[in-house]
Amino acid sequence: MTHAVEVRDWGWRYAGRSAWAARDISFTLGEGERVLLLGASGAGKSTLLAALAGVLGDEDEGEQTGSVLVGGKHPTRMRGAVGLVMQDPDAQVISQRIGDDVAFGCENLGMAREHIWPAVRAALDAVSLHLPLEHPTSALSGGQKQRLAIAGALAMWSGSPADTRLLCLDEPTANLDPAGVNRVREAVANVVADRRTTLVIVEHRVEVWSDLVDRVIVLAPGGGVLADGAPAEVFAERGPELAAAGAWVPGVAPDIEPRNSPPPAGRPLLTGHRLTIGYQTGRPVQSGLEVAIPPGRSTVVVGPNGTGKTTLALTLAGLLAPLAGRVEAAEQLRPRHTGFLTRAMRRRFDPASPATWASRDLLTRLGVVFQNPEHQFVETSVRAELGVGLRALGRPGTEITGRVDALLERLHLTGVADANPFTLSGGEKRRLSVGTVLATGPSLIVLDEPTFGQDRVTWTDLVRLVQAILDEGRTIISVTHDDTYVRLLGENLLALEPTGREAA
Amino acid sequence: MSATAATRSGRAAPPAGDTKPAAPALDRLNPVSRLLLTVFVALPVLISLDWLSASIMLVGLFAVFRAAGVRTATMARRMIPVAVAALLAAVTMALYGKPGGTVYWHWWLVVITQRSLTMAGAVILRVLVLGLSAVVLLGGLDLTAMADGLAQVLRLPARFVLGALAGMRMLSLFLEDWRTLGQARRARGLGDTGRLRRWATMAFALLVFAIRRGTRLATAMEARGFDAQHARNRTWARPSRLGRADAVGVAIALTLVAVSLTAAIVAGTFAPVTS
Repeated sequence: MTHAVEVRDWGWRYAGRSAWAARDISFTLGEGERVLLLGASGAGKSTLLAALAGVLGDEDEGEQTGSVLVGGKHPTRMRGAVGLVMQDPDAQVISQRIGDDVAFGCENLGMAREHIWPAVRAALDAVSLHLPLEHPTSALSGGQKQRLAIAGALAMWSGSPADTRLLCLDEPTANLDPAGVNRVREAVANVVADRRTTLVIVEHRVEVWSDLVDRVIVLAPGGGVLADGAPAEVFAERGPELAAAGAWVPGVAPDIEPRNSPPPAGRPLLTGHRLTIGYQTGRPVQSGLEVAIPPGRSTVVVGPNGTGKTTLALTLAGLLAPLAGRVEAAEQLRPRHTGFLTRAMRRRFDPASPATWASRDLLTRLGVVFQNPEHQFVETSVRAELGVGLRALGRPGTEITGRVDALLERLHLTGVADANPFTLSGGEKRRLSVGTVLATGPSLIVLDEPTFGQDRVTWTDLVRLVQAILDEGRTIISVTHDDTYVRLLGENLLALEPTGREAA
Repeated sequence: MSATAATRSGRAAPPAGDTKPAAPALDRLNPVSRLLLTVFVALPVLISLDWLSASIMLVGLFAVFRAAGVRTATMARRMIPVAVAALLAAVTMALYGKPGGTVYWHWWLVVITQRSLTMAGAVILRVLVLGLSAVVLLGGLDLTAMADGLAQVLRLPARFVLGALAGMRMLSLFLEDWRTLGQARRARGLGDTGRLRRWATMAFALLVFAIRRGTRLATAMEARGFDAQHARNRTWARPSRLGRADAVGVAIALTLVAVSLTAAIVAGTFAPVTS
């Protein structure tokens, strides 16, 4: 009998790269086996999944050693048998309506029309997306989009002649709120319940899947397989080692304690009165909010996706004007000059309202680290990137050099000082984006989903950095749905509830 | 347009909440024939710039659309920008058009003559005809159905049509990216001055994001069997074919075009746009 998956001495090097993305990997999976694939960043997990799904490309795209077989054949000959779900929910929605989206794979495989629609309905049922086929995909939440992608693979299988069914999930829940994570997990559990479907998951958050999988395979950073066995055995034998390599191993808690006795809070640094927030007057995301941000402490904004956490944070930080109500900065935070304001801005300037401040006045007062660090990058080297704010403030060159060097050191970025920010690793990008804000020393820093996509090592680095920033006396607002982060840094909790309009 | 039975079984209804004019008769047309008819009814006003053929087309189109169930208020609302454009074009024509006949007013390069005024009137009518057919026939057109039609009726390559359709969906993501990029620049102290340079860096970043998103989307599509190997055997979950409604539409359009051109030629107002 052929194996569902057979990987033999496999390696892959992307065209134009000198390093191997993955190498010396060997294992076989039986039909219906469920595997969690672990390993440090750069060990080649995503590359391996892409190879299993047959989307790595041909020799123009890279060089291969060894072989990967799915159901005994090359993966590109097994189209329809392998479903791939990736991390970014927005990047894999294909059609405007959910029915069409699920049908897409069936159409490509040449399924007859009368078979497509029943398969589409069954697939949507299997992932519990009980919505009309015409429902617009743009109205789905991140978690619903991930379940839609799973349904797409599921429907496709019914048109595939092969016996093998393989579902490859590449960090499918990385950017979902806890409710979304659970529903994706339930959907996957339901899909593989038949014990016919082989499952391979890449995920840092081991605890989400550890009950569902039968086997854990750990890829070593330099190539090869580090560990392979039942979850309990692998975690017991290799737990600390895996944790050090970045995996969130159950039972190995991160090596960080909450801050000792946060200083007593004084008068709030920022307050919001009767705040209505959103991007369009007719479509408020939240209204009537009363918020107060205590100085020198860590405020954590939590709530399900779509409740306006980021919108609130951006409104408090002066990047978005409130639709109604008022954001008021404490006396000590307000700009005492109007030198940076253009004439047009001067007319509506209000020292108490951050949304009317000059962009350069924000630099030393309110800093924002965006969810996607790349949105913030404007320079071609890490060093130049860190100096942007200081240059905008017109600080002398020697001061800029000194501060930038100190930051490079503090954020462990000295080695990549001359690299282009876009080429950094995920953890480095995150640290750099925090660094660009720290450079100008704002009193308050907003972090939007700071731990999103971080493995255990970069996560720990980041939380330590946030604690150190707090210890300097700065104030932090974090938007997150990371429970561990909330436990360590939720000194002041701001929970947003879904509004009535959304529940409807 | 007579009430023909819908020939498209299994075709999904347009998504709820979409702002579409209630015109069930027009919805029976295949999107492809709506596109081609828009071009076709524009022919008379494109080959001849005269008031008679344009008036007949305008009145005729309006009558047909009313009969097909498009509400006058809907048409009027959607025609506002077109009317503004028509007036602007007419003013230009009146002031700078080729002079001829009685001169009413003259100042430097501006010469208002009988001829230029007649032409201005014709230009208004012409723009209104082009605008009316476009806003009614193309307005609220469902992109998915359009793609189905282009691929199944016109036999355009599926890879091209579906790729373009998927790409269209990403436009809204680009708008979000653009907004965030602007906020990020304000947060970095670059939001006060130098707008052009800022937009240039934002445009570059947007391009990078667009390419990345596009690449990931292409991967997702390939993983679902969207590749050269399967392109030939592809089936279509939503059939798109031409039916009786389309034949009726073509017949009406043909009649309208023939009547307006014949009338113009007989009345001697026909003025082919040759130069």
